[in-house]
Amino acid sequence: MNFEFTEEQKMIQQAAKDFAERELLQDVIERDEKSEFATEHVKKLAELGFLGMMTDPKYDGGGMDTISYVLAMEEISKIDSSVAVLMSVCNSLVIWGIETYGNEEQKQKFLRPLASGQKIGAFLLSEPEAGSDATSQRTTAEDKGDHYLLNGTKNWITNANSASTYIVIAQTNPEKKHKGINALIVDKNSAGITLGPHENKMGMRSSDTHSVMFNDVKVPKENRIGEDGFGFPFAMKTLEGGRIGIASQALGIASGAFERALKYSMERKAFGTEIFNHQSVAFKLSDMAVKIENGRNLCLKAAWLKDQHLPYGTASAMAKQYCADMAMEVTTEAVQIFGGYGYVREYHVERLMREAKLTQIYEGTSEVQKIVISRSLLK
Amino acid sequence: MKILVCISNVPDTTTKIKFTDNNTAFDQAGVQWIINPWDELALTRALDIKDAQAGMVEEITVINVGLAATEPTIRKALAIGADKGIRINAEPKDAFTVASQLADVISKESFDIILCGIESSDSNGNNVGGMLSELLDMPSVSSVSHFDIKDGKVELKREIDGGQETVSTPIPFVGIVQKGIAKEPRIPSMRGIMGARTKPLQVIEAIQTETLTEFATYDLPKPKAACKKIDPDNVKELVQLLHNEAKVI
Amino acid sequence: MSVLVYTENWDGKFKKLSFELVSFACEIAKTLNTNVVALSIGKVNDDELNKLGTYGASKILNVQNENLINLNNQAYTSVLAQAAAKEGATLIVFAHNNTGKAIAPRLSVRLKAGLATGVLALPSNFQPFTIAKKVFTAKAIANVVIKTPVSIVTLLQNAFGVFETPVAASIEAFNPEIKDNELKTEVKDVNKVSGKILLTDAEIVVSGGRGMKGPENWGSIEELATLLGAGTACSRPVSDEGWRPHEEHTGQTGKILAPNLYIACGISGAIQHLGGISGSKCIVAINKDPDAPIFEAADYGIVGDVLKVLPEMITAVKELKGN
Repeated sequence: MNFEFTEEQKMIQQAAKDFAERELLQDVIERDEKSEFATEHVKKLAELGFLGMMTDPKYDGGGMDTISYVLAMEEISKIDSSVAVLMSVCNSLVIWGIETYGNEEQKQKFLRPLASGQKIGAFLLSEPEAGSDATSQRTTAEDKGDHYLLNGTKNWITNANSASTYIVIAQTNPEKKHKGINALIVDKNSAGITLGPHENKMGMRSSDTHSVMFNDVKVPKENRIGEDGFGFPFAMKTLEGGRIGIASQALGIASGAFERALKYSMERKAFGTEIFNHQSVAFKLSDMAVKIENGRNLCLKAAWLKDQHLPYGTASAMAKQYCADMAMEVTTEAVQIFGGYGYVREYHVERLMREAKLTQIYEGTSEVQKIVISRSLLK
Repeated sequence: MKILVCISNVPDTTTKIKFTDNNTAFDQAGVQWIINPWDELALTRALDIKDAQAGMVEEITVINVGLAATEPTIRKALAIGADKGIRINAEPKDAFTVASQLADVISKESFDIILCGIESSDSNGNNVGGMLSELLDMPSVSSVSHFDIKDGKVELKREIDGGQETVSTPIPFVGIVQKGIAKEPRIPSMRGIMGARTKPLQVIEAIQTETLTEFATYDLPKPKAACKKIDPDNVKELVQLLHNEAKVI
Repeated sequence: MSVLVYTENWDGKFKKLSFELVSFACEIAKTLNTNVVALSIGKVNDDELNKLGTYGASKILNVQNENLINLNNQAYTSVLAQAAAKEGATLIVFAHNNTGKAIAPRLSVRLKAGLATGVLALPSNFQPFTIAKKVFTAKAIANVVIKTPVSIVTLLQNAFGVFETPVAASIEAFNPEIKDNELKTEVKDVNKVSGKILLTDAEIVVSGGRGMKGPENWGSIEELATLLGAGTACSRPVSDEGWRPHEEHTGQTGKILAPNLYIACGISGAIQHLGGISGSKCIVAINKDPDAPIFEAADYGIVGDVLKVLPEMITAVKELKGN
């Protein structure tokens, strides 16, 4: 056992912190209000290599470990979760999926520009009738010999507009049920793709979430990831890693709110003393600190297992479920500590509270994580 | 041209300052260390020039006087773009020691431009750059707020009290830089951090030097006193207090 | 034995700091039972030179040399080293400004004399020579011991003050030797800057809040700022109202400032504003409301109408600067 980070991990953590504080912080409130995508900031983040930070350098990635990724995700999420979720989808879902299961040709063609940050990716799984239940895909990818013909609608797609490269999960053989599902790499500019309007969300409002409609979209056969029918296990394995990203995001939302509340409690006075000196506030902060520490340890454990090439599916589900629920609790308490100031925009904590809510919902709700965890108990 | 940037390892500027051993030593417990902000600006400017004129600047080296614990700071400098790092294995006991160690190493190499930050955020000394130039018998330009290389020639502007001077100097020289020389320091990229693993970081054994000064004891500033109220009919008194007591105007 | 002071002049008139340095040196010389020698470089007439005697300099070394019109670190170091040798100086005093910072470290090596920069007060001890200076960006004070027989200090401006101790001063022309290879740097152009100071760089900030009543009243804030060489800032309501540009908005969500002096005019001091100024070394509050939270954060406060107080403050500052 060793709880010490390497110098490199600390350097990455500091780099992410500097980026968040110098770049993202100044207009994060305005972007949230206007639901405005952080175009320039994302470009800089990509140039720094954060979007493909774990990818093998031979495909232009950063070559860093998952521990570093957790640290970076936490720092970015303390300030701006809309940017953090983009980073998570690129790293954990799209890039990891192609790097792990794609063939060499696909890696050269699609992975390289994604890993180097020139292009952004999106992962299209959710449907109007199939959110967490990934087996019942209604989007179809009809086998037309040398290509697939894609038809259907995907919902709640993060990076739908900013991405150039989609991974689409679709049904090819409905009679084979989930064994008939395929994962296809789709160029967003293909004919027949249209986007729904930008979703007007409660939180993470500057993340570009849209529905995506496919109408007879031709996808070359060579864009299929893995063998015919590999789509479902592909999606499940990819989401296992995705949970580490979202767990770290929830962790960052919680620690961001905690840091702000702690600072405020040492500045704000009530009844003649700083409110930290009131036990009701100090104990709240103490509880928050313990929960955050727990969450961080769960995230790092899952990341460590992944880095050791050990099974991490249960650990990542535990981290995701705990951190998401914990972020909701911690941000709610942070708003309470701020009182009236917490309820207005400029202190950030109400926004963090709105952002926390989404981490309990997307990439597998807390309830779905509990299904994963409880099933693992039987083994 | 070869540029050398002297970097100092200092506590993060948000560090809460505490002392131990009867206020004779800085309490390093839990302190995060960074490149001295002024030195980092010097490095940033050197990197900007190298990026803008690839052929002009051949190599940027960073040098630090410190024990092994300062290596992360040197690695950070390599991660943001310096080509080589040198650590002189000595405790930076006072400015003269540091300058003497640096001078010994630099005199055996051939750098065209040596840059130092005007002060460090820990000892606030404003010493090392000037001492180093004297030890090397090189010209020095201090309070440099603009530095460029155009057509192979060095362009410098330095701050004077109440203005700015354009200064020319032959190389080699020591440039002692202040804020304004570069915009924000760089954030290391993943590629840069990865590259820093393999960049050379040479450790050189220290020579015997002496110290001229010693920080014997430290005090913390007194806690903030209550607001001193001044009669609104006696505004003059406020101005006098600001001048004579607070010494801020 | 002597205490040597490096004085500075601007177009032939001594800067105020020169008188402060001589006053400081004089106080030390009394303790050491020695005298103060002041060094002046540049064209300064005898009447002006004699002024140094008012503050305790008994000898004035007057250097006039075409090669020394502009600051040249190597050549100036030579001048100082020769003067120190000639006068047997055991302490050499500079101002802690651009010039002092440029020469003192070089001289320290040349004379092998320990250097303490930015000192705050008289030495607390002479055996060994011990003196206080700010460290950790003013978050602490260090007591520096100089271990060499000769000491050099640079004095923080306005740290000591100007005190008259008239003595009869003798003026002596001093012609130090300057070698050609000490004149390698050359000043090509001098640009005296005036104009607006960058807010985040400003050492003094004059800031206005809603108590200023309207943008038409900002003339006095700007006048005071110009007099003090200060930047101007404002509270959030003021920039929200459009009275002032957004760049001036100071506080949690605006600019975070840490000047030496922050003058809050008609600002109540909501916590979000205080969050942006808490790093200031000295805060002055002018506000009608004696219970305004700004007074909690302030070092000096006037409870009164800012629109009446400001003009009086301008007059008082003009009087001060006139001296």
